Amino acid sequence: MNYNIDCNGYYGEFGGAYIPEMMHANISELQQNYLKILECEDFKSEFSKLLKDYAGRPSPLYHAERLSYYYNTGIYLKREDLNHTGAHKINNAIGQILIAKRLGKSRIIAETGAGQHGVATATVCALMGMKCVIYMGKLDVDRQAPNVLRMKMLGADVIPVYSGNMTLKDATNEAIRDWICNPADTHYIIGSVVGPHPYPDLVARLQSIISEEIKWQLEEHTGSPDPDYVIACVGGGSNAAGAFYHYLDNEMVKLVAVEAAGKGIDSGESAATTVLGFPGVIHGSRTILMQNDDGQITEPFSISAGLDYPGIGPLFAHLKKNGRAIFEHATDDEALEAALLLTRLEGIIPALESAHALAVLKKIQFGSDDVVVVNLSGRGDKDMATYMKFLEETENKRYK
Amino acid sequence: MNRIDELFNKKAGNILSVYFTAGYPALDSTVEIIRELASEGTDMIEIGVPFSDPVADGPVIQKSNDTALKKGMSLRLLFDQLKDIRKETDIPLLLMSYINPVLRFGIEKFCKKCEETGIDGVILPDLTPEIYTASYLGLFKEHNIYNVLLISKGTSAARIREIDGLSRIFIYMVSSSSTTGIKRNFSADQKEYFLKVKKMNLRNPALIGFGISDNETYLQACKYGAGAIIGSAFIKALSEGEGGKNTVRDFIKKIR
Ligand SMILES: Cc1ncc(COP(=O)(O)O)c(C=O)c1O
Repeated sequence: MNYNIDCNGYYGEFGGAYIPEMMHANISELQQNYLKILECEDFKSEFSKLLKDYAGRPSPLYHAERLSYYYNTGIYLKREDLNHTGAHKINNAIGQILIAKRLGKSRIIAETGAGQHGVATATVCALMGMKCVIYMGKLDVDRQAPNVLRMKMLGADVIPVYSGNMTLKDATNEAIRDWICNPADTHYIIGSVVGPHPYPDLVARLQSIISEEIKWQLEEHTGSPDPDYVIACVGGGSNAAGAFYHYLDNEMVKLVAVEAAGKGIDSGESAATTVLGFPGVIHGSRTILMQNDDGQITEPFSISAGLDYPGIGPLFAHLKKNGRAIFEHATDDEALEAALLLTRLEGIIPALESAHALAVLKKIQFGSDDVVVVNLSGRGDKDMATYMKFLEETENKRYK
Repeated sequence: MNRIDELFNKKAGNILSVYFTAGYPALDSTVEIIRELASEGTDMIEIGVPFSDPVADGPVIQKSNDTALKKGMSLRLLFDQLKDIRKETDIPLLLMSYINPVLRFGIEKFCKKCEETGIDGVILPDLTPEIYTASYLGLFKEHNIYNVLLISKGTSAARIREIDGLSRIFIYMVSSSSTTGIKRNFSADQKEYFLKVKKMNLRNPALIGFGISDNETYLQACKYGAGAIIGSAFIKALSEGEGGKNTVRDFIKKIR
């Protein structure tokens, strides 16, 4: 099996660039230049220097002993939560702003759901002195308030989006419209492995540093670079793409992609795209998406703003189709419980998104000798309001 | 040959094509609006099939899409509403939508249905010339349906030539770097772009759309291209008007 894109940007039957002509000049400029830029020495050295000195990489691979004991297996947490700005999103944001600079762009736009990508983008814009506009669904503006404040302090214009469900999909639509209207000076930093070719491949490459590090770090821990499992949550799929990237061709490593089941897969309030979706086109890419019989995109639901998206990156549609990855699901409640468990056992408050990955630890029968890497994509600061509400509702004695 | 060819054979310029969203303002207003537009001398009609996520559209058409969807409009219902349309009018009809509803309906079934119903062309902004050529060109030809391709201000001269080569009826010339919407007049920049395209002497006539809202912008479009496509301004008139015949008549009168 091949897990790379072909010359038209398809992973198997998924991907491509379904874009209106008004975006053609920008997308084709990016298609023609991104690999050249990524491979040029001057980019590579600037990127890796910023990842190291600015973002704080490598992020630790932490052997979570108490959690391992709890599940009777070997669990390692890839600590993307310790990156500057608190999630894996900064890897992509740094990479793309360096590309934008090389393409001569002076204004940056981005969509954000949880606000982590918005904060990461606003951060690199402050760093590079670029103008920054962030589109964010109104619902997400409300439920991820701390990140909105951070973006504003960083100097970004945060534009609340009132269309649709007022979440990530709608913010993405608005960012696309902005780019159509401002093609000359603007670069669109998409926050996940979604969108028209070359974005899925570009973002996956920029995030691939995650599995590049896991390999040597795991070798230091265990003597082998290859775990039995890598587990990551999937909104669009960028943290999972990064964590899976260097293992895609190694079939011995099981890859577990965790989607948000919301209130339950069959509840009508879910974001479990690969179960509830059908092939189609969303945001410029042929992939699997949640839609009704008329091809109207339906509104997903998840407690986690970063996973509340009706599509999935085309790489993941491909991994689903050919069975390379195992797709698991976690409900809102399961994610909340997993977040609390990690907090009480390890003293780490995860992002709600990452908590979905943690929640499947109890669903898979691991061997006691297995090595399981969980990508802890972000930290939970932004989710404190949700967590406090959950704590109040739970008899928190259970975990004492 | 279909009705669009006949139109262009008869008329080389001053073509007025009007867009409206099926199911807007009322679920069953589709046929009535076609009837009125035809009787007021519109040359061509683009029927919008509403989509939940119309990224190339500005606020006015987004809203008409949302309203129509809430009222229950769908491609299936639209074909049903249009099944006898050719008994009453020969005006060229195009469907305008996005690729996803068409793929979900089944693109082969869609082409067949268009042919049966008497639809002459389609405009799907997110179906690129490349994907169209690679996957669907044969199918559209087989059913005698024109796929209308767009050019915009950012389209290079070489690409305009390519698109002209692929186009078989007319080119949809997007007036500016923008989503659909209402503008009062064209900038010097835009006129320069219109003139550049005019001087290319393309094989196909170009209709100018996006931002055409009144007599002045209509006349400009007719000066630089073969005519104008009006969408948002008409939707706005429908939303403000009482409905009924006068709204359409007054609107067309204002335009030309
Ligand atoms: C911490 C965190 N993890 C995961 C995600 C989901 O995105 P992706 O699937 O692209 O990693 C987000 C998105 O906002 C996030 O903030």
